[in-house]
Amino acid sequence: MSTRPPKMSMGTLETHLRARRDAGQALLVPYVTAGLTADWPDYLRAYADAGADAIEVGLPFSDPMLDGGTIQEASDRALRRGATPGRLLAELSTANPGVPLAVMTYANLVFRTGARAFCERLAEAGVTGLIVPDVPHDEAGPLSEAATAAGVDLVLLAAPTTAPARLRGIAERSRGFVYGVTVMGTTGERAALADSAGPLAGRLRELTTCPVLLGFGISTPEQAAQACAYADGVVVASALMRRALDGATPAEVGADVAAIRRALPAG
Amino acid sequence: MSIALRGPGDDLMHRRRSAMSDPGPSGRFGRFGGRYVPESLITACEELEEAFRDAWDDPAFRAALSQTLELYAGRPTPVTPALRLSADLGVTLLLKREDLTHTGSHKINNVLGQALLARRMGKTRLLAETGAGQHGVATATAGALLGLGVTVFMGERDMERQQLNVFRMRLLGAEVVGVSSGSRTLKDACSEALRHWVAAADDAHYCIGSVMGPHPYPWMVREFQRVVGEEARGQCASLLPRAVPDVVVACVGGGSNAAGTFAGFVDTPARLVGVEPAGGAAVAGGEPGVLHGFHSYVLQDEDGQIQEAHSISAGLDYPGVGPEHAHLADTGRATYVSVTDDEAVAAVARLARTEGILPALESAHALAWVLKAAGTPDLPAGSTVLVTLSGRGDKDADQLARLI
Ligand SMILES: Cc1ncc(COP(=O)(O)O)c(C=O)c1O
Repeated sequence: MSTRPPKMSMGTLETHLRARRDAGQALLVPYVTAGLTADWPDYLRAYADAGADAIEVGLPFSDPMLDGGTIQEASDRALRRGATPGRLLAELSTANPGVPLAVMTYANLVFRTGARAFCERLAEAGVTGLIVPDVPHDEAGPLSEAATAAGVDLVLLAAPTTAPARLRGIAERSRGFVYGVTVMGTTGERAALADSAGPLAGRLRELTTCPVLLGFGISTPEQAAQACAYADGVVVASALMRRALDGATPAEVGADVAAIRRALPAG
Repeated sequence: MSIALRGPGDDLMHRRRSAMSDPGPSGRFGRFGGRYVPESLITACEELEEAFRDAWDDPAFRAALSQTLELYAGRPTPVTPALRLSADLGVTLLLKREDLTHTGSHKINNVLGQALLARRMGKTRLLAETGAGQHGVATATAGALLGLGVTVFMGERDMERQQLNVFRMRLLGAEVVGVSSGSRTLKDACSEALRHWVAAADDAHYCIGSVMGPHPYPWMVREFQRVVGEEARGQCASLLPRAVPDVVVACVGGGSNAAGTFAGFVDTPARLVGVEPAGGAAVAGGEPGVLHGFHSYVLQDEDGQIQEAHSISAGLDYPGVGPEHAHLADTGRATYVSVTDDEAVAAVARLARTEGILPALESAHALAWVLKAAGTPDLPAGSTVLVTLSGRGDKDADQLARLI
């Protein structure tokens, strides 16, 4: 690493999302499992063309504890294709989708490389956000410092059961956005938006001006629109990965993202 | 909190800091342990920690557990001198007989503790992962005893090699859910149980089967297994002229029978030896990492992808090891060694023929190390050695029939 971005509390991801949110736009962050197919970077470009405000990129881990069947399958498929974090980040660095990228992965991939080196590699690949669901608020200290030093926003998750004092800590420390987990469960499509989603988003918005996004189980344009009545935006993952696993092309999955975009308030 | 085994002059702070005591709210054993779980499980872990602290301080809870262990599970288990094998080996070999407990392994000690705790917390269901099926059978048993529903997650590969235990669990009224992801063994069953727990924590307690998982599990499970070491300590005192054996040996999968055994001897001069399977030696061959909610030694590749363990023994087929063992290894208080599948199988046959005891393949790993080490500088002639026989071998009969 030659030059490191200056130490700052709010990175590009958060600046970008705040600006869009403040302009009245509901934020849409679709997800893709890196390495899922040979042409996976095309999903990034298709999502950006479809109006994504940022993109969540999953770096596959062998034992994804918080993922349901769809993303497990996507991760397995990517790993069987020989995906490694190094290769995927190299591909990511040349993808240039034109919107901020947030990597989602598990603690072991981060700590194996070392929090500092891992965050620097993300920054070199042009990634401005990081989501590590099995590093909760209390264990996040060193990672949060490493991310800040590298200019990467460390996004923290909040759950419907999170106690008020913890929720305050999460809201204060999360960068990029605060990820509100709509449901007590793993990732995966659901028939309806969970009842717990609205109250969680409401509690978070009282605690922070950082964008609050809801994710987990948001599968349809209707559900996304409903979630955006409570929150600043949504993350959509399994519904898109289900389609990709079934063979939908980047353009076809991009069309799904565009359909969600059309259902949301625009700035 | 923990039972004071040292002198009466011990103050709380000293016990806190001494080996194998309360790790405190961070759940750290040195640099290992912790609570690396999704936010959705934090509240459940915190409630469990609070409930365990409260119960473990409550004489009524302790009495109820002791009584259940005695009247239902058959405790205390004996320490049996292995006379013919001792003569063969030139060492004094004592066996702590967890194979004689109800359901046939040490797993019942932990499960009865957790099941009583779950009931005290108002939970109505138990979730469990299982490898060999011994922990699943023990959980199904405790569920039947206390009227709690039981769901056991088991890798499909393990279901094939441990069919008898699958049948036993179902007979006991448990639901057995096959896990087809990943290596289809214990590690995948753990992941699946954790995923299920996220959605079910309201009414379900996740009854983890070893000293692993997020805080408070490694500490809590060790405390529930401590009875093995404490009993053995007293029994050794009446069997051995010098009261404490020179060496204390136990097999290590996640490490619960070893942790319970070591807890009884950690403050003595006894050498503590944990025996891992050669194909799943997390302490010897692993690197620090995070899996299933805790930081410890884990078998993994250079990117951090978890590698599969390969052991003949389903109960030891796990790529990680409990965090306290990682710490005991780092500090040098315990030593971790490994034996091969063949050595373990040979040890089963040897014990069966010399002592009339058929040990579990898992337990045979501990014994196999003694067979190898006896007469060497690791275990010189004339030594006294205690081996925890963590379980009985009936479950392995089918598998052994194909091997011997
Ligand atoms: C008889 C027996 N011993 C040992 C083990 C390994 O577990 P641990 O290392 O937690 O004692 C098992 C696990 O299934 C077992 O069934």
